Amino acid sequence: MDPKALVSGIMPGRMDTAAIEAAFGDLHPPLDDHEALVAADRCYFCHDAPCQTACPTEIDIPLFIRQIATGTPEAAARTILSQNILGGMCARVCPTETLCEEVCVREVAEGKPVEIGRLQRYATDTVMAQNVHPFERDAATGKRIAVVGAGPAGLACAHRLAMMGHDVVLMDARPKPGGLNEYGIAAYKSTEDFAAREVAWLMQIGGIELRNGVALGRDVTLEALKAEYDAVFLGLGLGGVNALGVDGDDREGVADAVSFIADLRQASDLATLPVGRDVVVIGGGMTAVDAAVQSKLLGALNVTIVYRRSQARMAASVYEQELAQSKGVRIICSASPVSVHGNGAVREIEFEFTDDALARTGERFRLPADQVFRAIGQTLTGEGLPALEGRKIAVDGTGRTSLEGVWAGGDCASGGDDLTVTAVAEGRDAAEDIHMSLMG
Amino acid sequence: MADLTSNFIGIKSPNPFWLASAPPTDKEYNVRRAFEAGWGGVVWKTLGEQGPPVVNVNGPRYGAIWGADRRLLGLNNIELITDRPLEVNLREMKSVKRDYPDRALIASIMVPCTEEAWKAILPLVEETGADGVELNFGCPHGMSERGMGSAVGQVPEYIEMVTRWVKQYTRMPCIVKLTPNITDIRKPAMAAHAGGADAVSLINTINSITSVDLDLFAPEPTIDGKGAHGGYCGPAVKPIALNMVAEIARSPEMRGLPISGIGGVTTWKDAAEFMALGAGNVQVCTAAMTYGFKIVQEMISGLAQYLDEKEITLPDLVGRAVPNVSDWQNLNLNYISKAKIDQDLCISCGRCYAACEDTSHQAIDMSDDRVFTVKDDECVACNLCVNVCPVEDCITMEQMAPGSVDPRTGKVVEAAPADWTSHPNNPMCATAAD
Ligand SMILES: Cc1cc2nc3c(=O)[nH]c(=O)nc-3n(C[C@H](O)[C@H](O)[C@H](O)COP(=O)(O)OP(=O)(O)OC[C@H]3O[C@@H](n4cnc5c(N)ncnc54)[C@H](O)[C@@H]3O)c2cc1C
Ligand SMILES: Cc1cc2nc3c(=O)[nH]c(=O)nc-3n(C[C@H](O)[C@H](O)[C@H](O)COP(=O)(O)O)c2cc1C
Ligand code: SF4
Repeated sequence: MDPKALVSGIMPGRMDTAAIEAAFGDLHPPLDDHEALVAADRCYFCHDAPCQTACPTEIDIPLFIRQIATGTPEAAARTILSQNILGGMCARVCPTETLCEEVCVREVAEGKPVEIGRLQRYATDTVMAQNVHPFERDAATGKRIAVVGAGPAGLACAHRLAMMGHDVVLMDARPKPGGLNEYGIAAYKSTEDFAAREVAWLMQIGGIELRNGVALGRDVTLEALKAEYDAVFLGLGLGGVNALGVDGDDREGVADAVSFIADLRQASDLATLPVGRDVVVIGGGMTAVDAAVQSKLLGALNVTIVYRRSQARMAASVYEQELAQSKGVRIICSASPVSVHGNGAVREIEFEFTDDALARTGERFRLPADQVFRAIGQTLTGEGLPALEGRKIAVDGTGRTSLEGVWAGGDCASGGDDLTVTAVAEGRDAAEDIHMSLMG
Repeated sequence: MADLTSNFIGIKSPNPFWLASAPPTDKEYNVRRAFEAGWGGVVWKTLGEQGPPVVNVNGPRYGAIWGADRRLLGLNNIELITDRPLEVNLREMKSVKRDYPDRALIASIMVPCTEEAWKAILPLVEETGADGVELNFGCPHGMSERGMGSAVGQVPEYIEMVTRWVKQYTRMPCIVKLTPNITDIRKPAMAAHAGGADAVSLINTINSITSVDLDLFAPEPTIDGKGAHGGYCGPAVKPIALNMVAEIARSPEMRGLPISGIGGVTTWKDAAEFMALGAGNVQVCTAAMTYGFKIVQEMISGLAQYLDEKEITLPDLVGRAVPNVSDWQNLNLNYISKAKIDQDLCISCGRCYAACEDTSHQAIDMSDDRVFTVKDDECVACNLCVNVCPVEDCITMEQMAPGSVDPRTGKVVEAAPADWTSHPNNPMCATAAD
């Protein structure tokens, strides 16, 4: 074992660059031409296919697979992208095991679904490699629309609006567009700067002016946007992070999983990224799994996910739990944090076992920890937003908010799962509704 | 995107994909759904005489053969022409045509071989607004026992006679649908041509028994212990249909006779192949019956992409391969190629080795660590290894450059072509030279 692996504390370079790069390779490597044909051949071309219904963007999956099978992946890509302009990213990040592939009739019958996600990647990679943008803009309508947030929801909305002939100003607080595609998705799902390449490819539609570094609430108000534009779409995502609310939460070494991942995604050399020897991740969703797995891949010796309810209730899919476990991450369930111990920096974290109703059992244990990640959910932040429902912006089925002329979609809006593909669907549908309401 | 608009003997349709006369076109409900799905035209399920309609069996009508993964490759049927009253069909045709004026609607007809019968039905069909008629001289079962269908299609004189009647009694364009159950497809096609047909369509189904029930000792589909031959269609018949289409397309006597290609069209590629061999459009039955109407969307996107990539128009495609359909005796014997195995693609299954070693020319070498290589001094370029290899493009046939030496024969590869007609071993040629 590399001696650096054993040193305690948060430090970079636990493994050398080559080993880290190998570890962060594509989680689902692309299919080559032959593999794609073999995979496509397994599709039964089901009528009213369950996979299509399960996809939040309702891609005509049997049709695109048939188009691959008949040697026209470009046409397949068009079928995909006409429903889901981020079909390339979705092919990489969708938890297909709980969406399309879960209901594939061959999954149900044989436990081996058609590899829809990888086939989708095969088709979309084909057109992106050709640098072809398959859509053209309709005649200009003269309408101007502000889209706030350049994550999947905002991008899908902006693209659809631009395609229908509207002029779009797309603003984002961050220095780069893409939202969590750029800053959040696990690195091994979006390799080779795919998020940025996809945005550049998407922008080829024209008619979208991108303004980075512009924050709603800081640089511009909703009132002003409403006054200046014919419509406003909010795709703000969830900017805030839930606090642990336990003693010692503020000790050095305790951080938000999303910030850690954002740093990781932006690092030009992963070997320079510091990581602990004993990492504890608190949470049970995709973010917890991603933070844990990536810590492990950076060379952390012991990585533990601690989730407060039973494993069956984890938001991360079984596939992701198994992914974490296969990388050597330990998952402890039914335990809630009580306090973070240490002298300045964290040294241990103490938990108490809880039952599924979160009632405390009185049984406690401590885990050694030099780095602790909070992954217990994100929250909407911002003032002067449209009316909320729970902790999100209330919207109807087409994304309309309580404010006339303001639509919202993606993670910041009520309804739907917090997934890339759902954000795309909601952004697209809001664009259609904006178009209808502006054009009559 | 390429323009797929089709004009077949003056009948316009938004694309060259028509549904063949068969169950998919047997009623208004189906045809409307087909048009909604994007089909360019339909040939309505064959109409019979006025009066009590024919009846179908009440047991199974289909038999099938399957490939791996139970993919349907061939379908056999013993269905007859429409079993619904003529008036009902005519009324529905009229209503559909009114609502879909841009789509092609052709009436397929089969009535007894008498002038009165044809004279009687044609004006009724004309009344519906149909764009044309197709004479069903193809159905190989049931109707043929009653002197119709392929019983007419197998006698060129009848074909010519009936075609003449039709041309005499209607101005609608007339397509004659041919049966493949003959020895030389050019004879019935020529008869149709002579009778004044505007086009021929082919193929109808092929006489077949798909399987035998080994407990009942009866052909399948089995009805109360007995079976009858049916008509075979689907992907399995495509090669037969392609050849028949090509035979007509390259026959000097029928130059320019429009052809509607039918038989096993399942993907855009199949359609493009039929068209390259001279078909002005294609008709589809089994593929729609297997996968539903939506497949036309793949056919449309695929054909358009192909035309765009080739930078040709749809009319450019039609007949483009016909000049290259030749006779064996004219193939260049100085064209020499060798199989070549791409080691990066090879998955070491050894199928090529088994095929060549056991049944061909012992021209593939297998090493102890399962590397397969072609022995150029044994390879006769038969192509069998290419066809049995499960990996596309793993084994390719590489042409030998003129001037190089073929290690199998030790002879220099000649640049000038030479075929059997001038080969020294050809007795005809030797006689001529004497
Ligand atoms: C760590 C992590 C991993 C994930 N992994 C997956 C996965 O594998 N698969 C999957 O399907 N989903 C995954 N998700 C969820 C997925 O990333 C989100 O559901 C999706 O990105 C939501 O898209 P969005 O456009 O609504 O929001 P975001 O992607 O969050 O984008 C919102 C954008 O708005 C901008 N913004 C916010 N506030 C303002 C403001 N006031 N002014 C201007 N701009 C603003 C932000 O800078 C950001 O660019 C993951 C999430 C996280 C956190
Ligand atoms: C069940 C069935 C019924 C058919 N009925 C007719 C018919 O009424 N008239 C006709 O001209 N052809 C009929 N055909 C033949 C088809 O129109 C077509 O010529 C043939 O099936 C070959 O095309 P395919 O391989 O695309 O199926 C029938 C075929 C099938 C499978
Ligand atoms: S977008 Fe995602 S969920 Fe929808 S089909 Fe694709 S891979 Fe499946």
